[in-house]
Amino acid sequence: MTETLTTPEPLTKPETLTVRARGIRKSFGEVVALDGVDLDVAVGQVHGLVGPNGAGKTTLLGVLLGLAVADGGDLEILGSPVRRTLALPDGVTGFVDGPGLYPSLTAWQNLAALARLRGDGPDGIGDALEQVGLTDVANDRVRGFSLGMRQRLGLAAALLTRPRLLVLDEPANGLDPIGTRHVHRVLTGLAARGTSVVLSSHRMDDLAALCSEVTLLAAGRVVFSGPVSRLASDTDELDYRLRISDPATARQVAAQTPELRVLEDDDLLRRHDAEALLVRGAVPAVDELVARLVGAGVGVRELAPVVAPLEAAFLALTATATGPSQDGDL
Amino acid sequence: MTAGPVTTAAVRLSGASAPPALVRRDYRFELIKLLTQWPIRLVLLACWLGPALLVAVISQQSALPADTLFGRYMSQTGWAGPLVVLSFSGTYVLPVVTSLVAGDVFATEDRLGTWRHLLVAVRSRRRIFAAKALASLTVIMLLAAGLAASGIVGGLAAVGNRPLVGLDGHLLAPGQAATTVLLAWASVLAPTLAFAAVGLLGSVAFGRSPLGLVMPALLALLLQIAQQLPLPVVVRVALPSYAFIGWRGLFTNPAQTGPLAIGIAVSLALAVAASALAYRLFMRRDFTDLAYDGVGRRVLVGAVLPLAALFAVTVGVIAGATPASGSGIDGAKLDRSLATAYAHIYRMQTRELHRPAVTEAELRARASCNKGDGPGANVGPGNDWRCVVTWQLPPSTAIGSAIYQLDVNPDGHYVADGDGPPLVNGFFEIQTSIGEIPNPLWEFNGQVDLLTATSPR
Repeated sequence: MTETLTTPEPLTKPETLTVRARGIRKSFGEVVALDGVDLDVAVGQVHGLVGPNGAGKTTLLGVLLGLAVADGGDLEILGSPVRRTLALPDGVTGFVDGPGLYPSLTAWQNLAALARLRGDGPDGIGDALEQVGLTDVANDRVRGFSLGMRQRLGLAAALLTRPRLLVLDEPANGLDPIGTRHVHRVLTGLAARGTSVVLSSHRMDDLAALCSEVTLLAAGRVVFSGPVSRLASDTDELDYRLRISDPATARQVAAQTPELRVLEDDDLLRRHDAEALLVRGAVPAVDELVARLVGAGVGVRELAPVVAPLEAAFLALTATATGPSQDGDL
Repeated sequence: MTAGPVTTAAVRLSGASAPPALVRRDYRFELIKLLTQWPIRLVLLACWLGPALLVAVISQQSALPADTLFGRYMSQTGWAGPLVVLSFSGTYVLPVVTSLVAGDVFATEDRLGTWRHLLVAVRSRRRIFAAKALASLTVIMLLAAGLAASGIVGGLAAVGNRPLVGLDGHLLAPGQAATTVLLAWASVLAPTLAFAAVGLLGSVAFGRSPLGLVMPALLALLLQIAQQLPLPVVVRVALPSYAFIGWRGLFTNPAQTGPLAIGIAVSLALAVAASALAYRLFMRRDFTDLAYDGVGRRVLVGAVLPLAALFAVTVGVIAGATPASGSGIDGAKLDRSLATAYAHIYRMQTRELHRPAVTEAELRARASCNKGDGPGANVGPGNDWRCVVTWQLPPSTAIGSAIYQLDVNPDGHYVADGDGPPLVNGFFEIQTSIGEIPNPLWEFNGQVDLLTATSPR
């Protein structure tokens, strides 16, 4: 359940890669933030980075944005080797540790200042604000913006630069459902037009909805990299909660079902439902249990995993590599 | 928003050079950020309006700030006001405004968490450093220009364009006064630049910590205290703050340009050194370290020690290049300075009393100054200098004499307080045909050139 999955050699041809990283290492003094990280991001791909706090996600995003240079390994972005800080090809943008906006300026002024820095006019500002749903507050000072609005404005700032690689650190932080919808629409739209997106997130539902591939980091190492669907399917056993018509009979049936364990965690039961049954097993074993319950005349009213498959995979894959969760991210 | 194809040929590496057009863009961006901050706007407004109002109001008062240089002349000429503002600005205002602007220009990005955004947008640390330094310098120069212009306008509007009494008693015609006042203001731009560079260094070195913000003000305070200590003259003029008072030498005839030139050179050296150190620290900073809160101990090695070494070298160079020694203040220098000032001001008093004209040469004024009552050496600052001035009023061969108590500051500036006889310098006012006017010989200011060699009487 917790073994590290090996990353197969990428089948993607190098010329279709926006990011090609091999053996990236980065340390801060004694602390190893990245320890031989490989990463491939194809053109037009939305690639998720996930891992517990301190896994090295932010450091890796910082390296992709040119904010830091790796101590070792090879990094190519848009076909160019990156060996110095900030020496990136045009078309790479994004943010780590928040979108970086100036509170004394309005939303429009923030974007206009950014456009002027690039030598551009204000032409695309209205469109960028509209895409992230901030047209109505264009002339409000950013000082009064919520975290979610700032995140969306940060995304609008990135859109202005017409990116070919967009690197985002926790873009869904603080977003309400409408904001989330705006951000998802923008990112999928960008990917459809050929922009590669690398984003980190703690929210597995975001990753599942947005990313075609994910890379799991733990303690600076890659523990999984590949399609989201494979991550979910690689998860063997899950905990399931069943609400049934006859808990006593159901418990007996479950105990006799092969390759299935009945969980006796009182606390877990109390938190969910005293009348529920908690079992742990793979999908075939759960299918078998349902068939047996029906055969025994027990009504199954509800069946759901206690933890979502992606989240369970995340927890399983990172459990051995990390230890107690650390504060902050590297 | 369409992304182009990924081809190596299409790729252009950024950040390798800093063409002027790009620096101009970044500079404009930094300037906008500074000028949209309310504290900066308020300080700008205060600097452009405050001195004019203060000078105009104080000039109309019966009690003038006589303990401030040129303060006693504020009701007599409009050129005294900007010099009072200059004295005050050099001590407090300019170091504080450089703190506010240069001391915060880098640190503000740390506080707002915008460094990574800025770096990704600009892609060149060199351009960011140049733009921030230039933008903060622009604002500081705007503030300094406001202080000068406002003081001048306030003085001229309230009192008028009249002659100014110099620090050796000679009269500067309005045109000459205007030129000298402007030169004096121009001379303090060098130490302002030095303090701005120290502000940049503090801002880069300390990040979010308020230490960076207060560094120029703290340095100014320390130097202000040091200026009051009985330091050797070569150390005193090597202090970066000396250039804030070196302009006083412009108001003597001949001008005491030595200390001013050294002060400006010291300031410019400090400005270059502090800017270079700030640049070095900035270029080496790791922006992926989210917990960055200043470079801590590295400040000692990267900033404080090099600046201390620069100061030591400066002291050595000045000691080797100038003949001055000790405090730079001795009885012989005071004798010459007081006699010269007395002769000039006696002539002024003669004019105001409508007595027959007399020249300084005809007066043949002499002074003899002694420090304290004991047999100690006649050297050093203090308020226990007692001087006897003698002169002749042709065609009489009788010798007149007057007594002055001198309060001599370590920086060479002194106040001569008349101690009789009453008809010469004993009264605050004198009776003229137009009524009672301030007696110019009752109390006046003077300035000793600290860097000239001591000569026997």
